[in-house]
Amino acid sequence: MKRLALYAGALGFTVFAGFPFYWMLITAFKQNRDLYVGAADVHHVPWIFNDPPTLEHVKLLLGQTEFPSWVLNTLLVVAAVVVITVAVAVPAGYSLARLAGRWGERLGMGIFFTYLIPPTLLFIPFARLVSLLHLQDSLGALILIYPTMTIPFCTWLVMGFLRSVPWEIEEQAMIDGYSRLAVILRVAPRLIVPGILTVVVFTFTLVTQEFVYALTFISSVQRMTVSLGVPIALVRGDVYHWGALMAAALFTSIPLAIVYNLFIDRFIQGFTMGAVKG
Amino acid sequence: MTPPSPPPRRTLADREDLLGALMLTPALAYVILLVGVPFVLAIVLSFSDATAGSLSFAWAGARNYAAILADPIFRRALGNTAIVTIGTQLLVVILATAAAQVFRATFPGKRFARFALLLPWAVPVSLAAIAWTWIFDSTFSVINWTLKAAGLLHGWLYWLGDPALALCAIIIVQAWRIFPFATVIVLAGLSSIPQEIVEASIVDGAGFWRRLFKVELPLLLPVVAVAVLFGVVYTATDLGVVYILTGGGPANTTHVLSTLAFQRGILGADLGQGAAIAVFLLPFLIVVAIGMLRLARRAEVGGKA
Repeated sequence: MKRLALYAGALGFTVFAGFPFYWMLITAFKQNRDLYVGAADVHHVPWIFNDPPTLEHVKLLLGQTEFPSWVLNTLLVVAAVVVITVAVAVPAGYSLARLAGRWGERLGMGIFFTYLIPPTLLFIPFARLVSLLHLQDSLGALILIYPTMTIPFCTWLVMGFLRSVPWEIEEQAMIDGYSRLAVILRVAPRLIVPGILTVVVFTFTLVTQEFVYALTFISSVQRMTVSLGVPIALVRGDVYHWGALMAAALFTSIPLAIVYNLFIDRFIQGFTMGAVKG
Repeated sequence: MTPPSPPPRRTLADREDLLGALMLTPALAYVILLVGVPFVLAIVLSFSDATAGSLSFAWAGARNYAAILADPIFRRALGNTAIVTIGTQLLVVILATAAAQVFRATFPGKRFARFALLLPWAVPVSLAAIAWTWIFDSTFSVINWTLKAAGLLHGWLYWLGDPALALCAIIIVQAWRIFPFATVIVLAGLSSIPQEIVEASIVDGAGFWRRLFKVELPLLLPVVAVAVLFGVVYTATDLGVVYILTGGGPANTTHVLSTLAFQRGILGADLGQGAAIAVFLLPFLIVVAIGMLRLARRAEVGGKA
């Protein structure tokens, strides 16, 4: 009885969480005449392939839309934001964890709190800033602004990560005659590598998911990122190419889902702060 | 007699305070210049007549606020934001507590189930929203087909065409994308409950429900609170779901603060009014910030005890 409830629960949650992805999958490979049958027709089962699957929508997406350049734009922004975030947040996290003394914790929390200030509050002042810098409709605007979201969280992540790294290794290096600066430059980087990896992954997922700033600042179709171009530019007037749309959503979701699965525990440690110990 | 060893070298390269400040400065500068200053500017702009067309702006006093408070569309958007935020959190707490009870157990296929559970969180909001738009489509909705085929639906549900149903649809999508995150957090909390307490309650004869409500949930309260606080931020400030699902329609009935601020401030180029609308997000954020600080303090006190 208890087993049964458990299986029913597991099935229910899996279906609820995964069903839109199944729907992307089946839509992306269905022939149009199988796809566009009104739901009022109860005899045509939409959950399965009634006609053989087709690659037509995928070909349309890759050959006749700007999807490939959106992927490139996204990767370009990811690369630039990763460089900025690592260069800024990693030293800051180290400083807060190892050098700032008792102020580190408070200051770190202050920086983390800015992560809570949402894009939907800041996009209006940024609209002025971006036009002042002549960055309208340029990926430069996104590269400038995305670090405002990644730096606070990543500084916090690195700070938390360093707490779990024993101080003795660095201490020993100093006893061996390294200066404090030499420890930071020669010893610490090796210790922080797993932390940096988490920062890179977090930045990658955040930039790939971001929608608000991209919507506000990018208007040319060829300069869009994936998360903006797919829902905005693949819809022409009232014509939705559902097959191609769902193929694009699917291809973007899968790599992100795999990455998330690998790094979930690290992100969670960042989010729960002190509320969960262990 | 050996001479006393020389005092340790104190060069610039050993000054911890200096190095610390140096390494922290870029991050602080970024956060102050590009989060702090714009944050203040957002509030200042809400008292101005700024437009997107020109860079000069003049003091407008409370005119923007008077204008939006008299605007039924704004009042509706404010109400919708509260309804969606609270409705979503209720649904998320129930779903996440239940899902955590399932996923703490072991069962065949758990790895796959866990992968599926995390999907909604990993997918970009805008792409999830477009998939749901297709699921809620007025002609091709698979939900309607399934309900009809099961004999549960006799009329027709215009999910995104009817204001009340559209709000339900928005809450469903928001809960769908947030509950995996909450589940993982609650699971982390469950694993940190001392096993002796749970075992003691079993020895004392507490059944599943009694254990859940009397022992585990009270101990889980801080983690559930973390999940709810992040959930509030994610829902109240989100633009993508509503913008893509309904665009604020039909007839401006499903706007939330963020979509209305975007429509007036960016599309309508009335930055002052857009900023004033966005400022109404602050109460939601202040509640969250206070909640977080309290939790952090509790964790500190608990850690020392």
